[in-house]
Amino acid sequence: MSTPVQLTTRKDWASDQEVRWCPGCGDYSILAAVQMLMPELNVNREDTVFVSGIGCAARFPYYMNTYGVHTIHGRAPAIATGLAVSRPDLHVVVISGDGDALSIGGNHLIHALRRNVNITILLFNNRIYGLTKGQYSPTSERGKVTKSTPAGSLEAPFDPVSVALGAEATFVARTHDMDRAHMQETIRRAWAHEGAALVEIYQNCNVFNDGAFTDITSRTSRDDMLIDLHHGEPIRFGAQKQFGVFRHLDGSVYTDTITSDNEASIVVHDESAPDPSGAFALSRLTRSDHEPTPVGVFRNVQRPEYGDLLNGQIIDSQERDGLGDLAALFRGNGSWTVSA
Amino acid sequence: MTQSPSPLSSVVLRFAGDSGDGMQLTGERFTTESAVFGNDLATLPDFPAEIRAPAGTLGGVSAFQVQISDHDITSAGDTPDVLIAMNPAGLRANVGQLERGATIIVNVDAFDERALAKAGYLENPLADGSLSAFSVFEVPMTSLTTAASEEVGVKPRDAERSKNFFALGLVCWLYSRPIENITAWIDKRFAKNDLVRQANYRAFRAGYDFGETSEAFAVRYEIAPAPFAPGEYANITGNTALAWGLVAIAQRSNLPLFLGSYPITPASDILHELSKHKRFGVRTFQAEDEIAAAASAIGAAYAGSLAVTTTSGPGLDLKSEAIGLAVALELPMIIVDVQRGGPSTGLPTKVEQTDLLHALYGRHGESPVPVLAPATPGDCFDTAIEAARIAVKYRTPVIVLSDAYLANGTEPWPIPDPLSIDPIDPDFASGPNATDAEGNPTFWPYLRHPETLARPWAVPGVAGLEHRIGGLEKADKTGAVAYDGKNHEVMTHLRADKVAGVVADIPDLVVDDPSGAARLLVVTWGGTYGPVAAGVRRARARSVNVAHVHLRHLNPLPANLGEILSSYSTVISPELNLGQLASVLRSRYLVDVKTVSKVQGAPFRAAEIDAAIEEYR
Repeated sequence: MSTPVQLTTRKDWASDQEVRWCPGCGDYSILAAVQMLMPELNVNREDTVFVSGIGCAARFPYYMNTYGVHTIHGRAPAIATGLAVSRPDLHVVVISGDGDALSIGGNHLIHALRRNVNITILLFNNRIYGLTKGQYSPTSERGKVTKSTPAGSLEAPFDPVSVALGAEATFVARTHDMDRAHMQETIRRAWAHEGAALVEIYQNCNVFNDGAFTDITSRTSRDDMLIDLHHGEPIRFGAQKQFGVFRHLDGSVYTDTITSDNEASIVVHDESAPDPSGAFALSRLTRSDHEPTPVGVFRNVQRPEYGDLLNGQIIDSQERDGLGDLAALFRGNGSWTVSA
Repeated sequence: MTQSPSPLSSVVLRFAGDSGDGMQLTGERFTTESAVFGNDLATLPDFPAEIRAPAGTLGGVSAFQVQISDHDITSAGDTPDVLIAMNPAGLRANVGQLERGATIIVNVDAFDERALAKAGYLENPLADGSLSAFSVFEVPMTSLTTAASEEVGVKPRDAERSKNFFALGLVCWLYSRPIENITAWIDKRFAKNDLVRQANYRAFRAGYDFGETSEAFAVRYEIAPAPFAPGEYANITGNTALAWGLVAIAQRSNLPLFLGSYPITPASDILHELSKHKRFGVRTFQAEDEIAAAASAIGAAYAGSLAVTTTSGPGLDLKSEAIGLAVALELPMIIVDVQRGGPSTGLPTKVEQTDLLHALYGRHGESPVPVLAPATPGDCFDTAIEAARIAVKYRTPVIVLSDAYLANGTEPWPIPDPLSIDPIDPDFASGPNATDAEGNPTFWPYLRHPETLARPWAVPGVAGLEHRIGGLEKADKTGAVAYDGKNHEVMTHLRADKVAGVVADIPDLVVDDPSGAARLLVVTWGGTYGPVAAGVRRARARSVNVAHVHLRHLNPLPANLGEILSSYSTVISPELNLGQLASVLRSRYLVDVKTVSKVQGAPFRAAEIDAAIEEYR
């Protein structure tokens, strides 16, 4: 919208609703990160819409003093698509969880990403169904013992970043709820992206899946377990940056201690590579929550945005053939006149 | 030909052939010419679900029935007076519907042993006397068609494909249709392929000239124009009329039109039609599934669009969840269900009225939705407009129940003056409507209009109206999440009262009872209007006093319906289901409504209705 952007503070972005997540839930830190980030994003509250599905994360819009819709399970990307293409002037953020986005809503997620609709998707991944009190989710590790899987879950989990890259999403990133600065920087970049952006946020459910990510996100383990991706830089990690990511001949990647022999062959991160294969290989580096895990922006490429294309066809048609005329439409398939 | 044509009041023609034979095109063209000529008409396309069913088999028969007349008619006719059969399967699939004395014109070239066997004929019906009750004309359509286009250099195999134009030419001669428009249409339609254009033109001429010169046909007929009110007319299908109604009301109301849809028979043509109208700013979105189609429409409605989703029965199942959300969000939205035979995949190309109870009740929770049904193809235009008016005024999803018969059938439609369509005022919220505890202006998204009970339509982008809504129960007025039981009861009643209040906008029903002495009332809804009206006329022609009342509004029902039902000693409800409207009327009005049911994937015949009237009178 053409309205000048008002200066705001975090308080302006918080609604009057009492936040009702369990005490200690990772969602609080994500909410704080977002509310603190919003004043920096050069946007008015009235031009911002948060759309969510169902689940603990989906209560998020109630706590933002913006426009917001809490919808139905899994469908938020589809509702956001109708909203975003109808109103290109708005910033539309989809708030989802691992069950909402990858189980019941998997189809809508991949198609919104494939079409490259102008929406920012924040996927809170706690690897469990929280709101229904603790069943395994599509991102739970195989063998997970839950109320619905007393003998252990049988399913191989989805990696949300891999799924998004498989759908050829144009912006895919990962961050976690224990590092506000990293969350904000990642979301800031996703917000700025034109087209569909997916940010997976590792989020601790302290009631039903406590500590799921502790091995990689705690302050003591972070240096050795989080591989922070930076565009154009060799991918190194560890307190002394003593580890690196290397590529096998088949394109898959692995981690190793850096030596003078292998230093020259450390993979240099290229988030703008047109082919998503390199980013996909990075997303497959980690097979559990106890191994070094890449975070940051995996992929960030430009591709025409769906709403622009859709509205562009309308503008082209109107410029080429003129605005629609109902009288002409009604006669368009042939007509005849009965005289008095 | 010197003999002048014999006048005829009306005729029912049925073109039947293989699904690749171009029967729909032939029928449509004959219809258009008859419309332009000034006849009243109604059509009934009848085609298989398969795109190309095995050639020559009964399953692959595609047919197109049209009634043309010199007077006002309401249906495509019960039984064909003339059957044009392009092959043995086309004959066998339709001959059972003919009455004694009907005319059959066959493409005799197609009656070889192989084709006869494929159609399941052990003997050639043209030779075994089984058609003796009919006037049969054996015309070598294939060979005359190929001979006609030989000299322009069309290969015989390709030339054969023009034989439907031969049939069209012959029928045009038989019913004295002017041919200039058809030849001009052929020139235009096939302009890109001159060989095909010439082949079709020559086949058409050959058919016309065959009628003129062969002396096979002793008489030629003429059906005078029907007395239409002066004005401009177009021949229109229900799907096109519905699409145009949506474009028209959106344009007149200055609301952007959004369609979220997923391809499904027989509703896809609405998506096709609307996707052509980008000049009107229409946004069409072919979603990944039926759920996303409905969900995207909710997003567009929230954004301030006139939002529509179109589907058929199986898709309505999948949209139920989203419709429930629209009920809770109280956003305007139109759901079009072009009904087809069910359950499940059912009969995808055939008509049925079996989604009424689904539309009324097919959602969890108390989830009231206004439901409308068009009566005729042209009425789809007006019904779409009325659905939009109700949706926007009352901030509610509205279901429109069309059907496969209306969707593909046509009738002459008086072209309206666009300026005669009153715009809808969306009455978007523009500022705060309440005061918070501290005395500051605030916005309550569920503060209702005192009369309509409609809530504000507050679209994003307006400062000061930021608000959150959702599928969770909301507190009355403020719209905040509320789990309180008493509030839920208040909100449940408010939603029900709001939809019930739509009755204020529904005109009282007018009963069609010319004698004023009828004791039997026939009540109909939706696409059965035309065929049942034809049956009622037939009964009246036998001097039977019978009344007819037709419902466009299924929820809420018109205010005077109860009084009408109770003022007749017998009420019958002919429906293409097992008695869904009857069930609603019985429970609502405690009137012993009798069901006249048909579920054969085909409309009622006037004779069936006449027989039912005879049974119950």
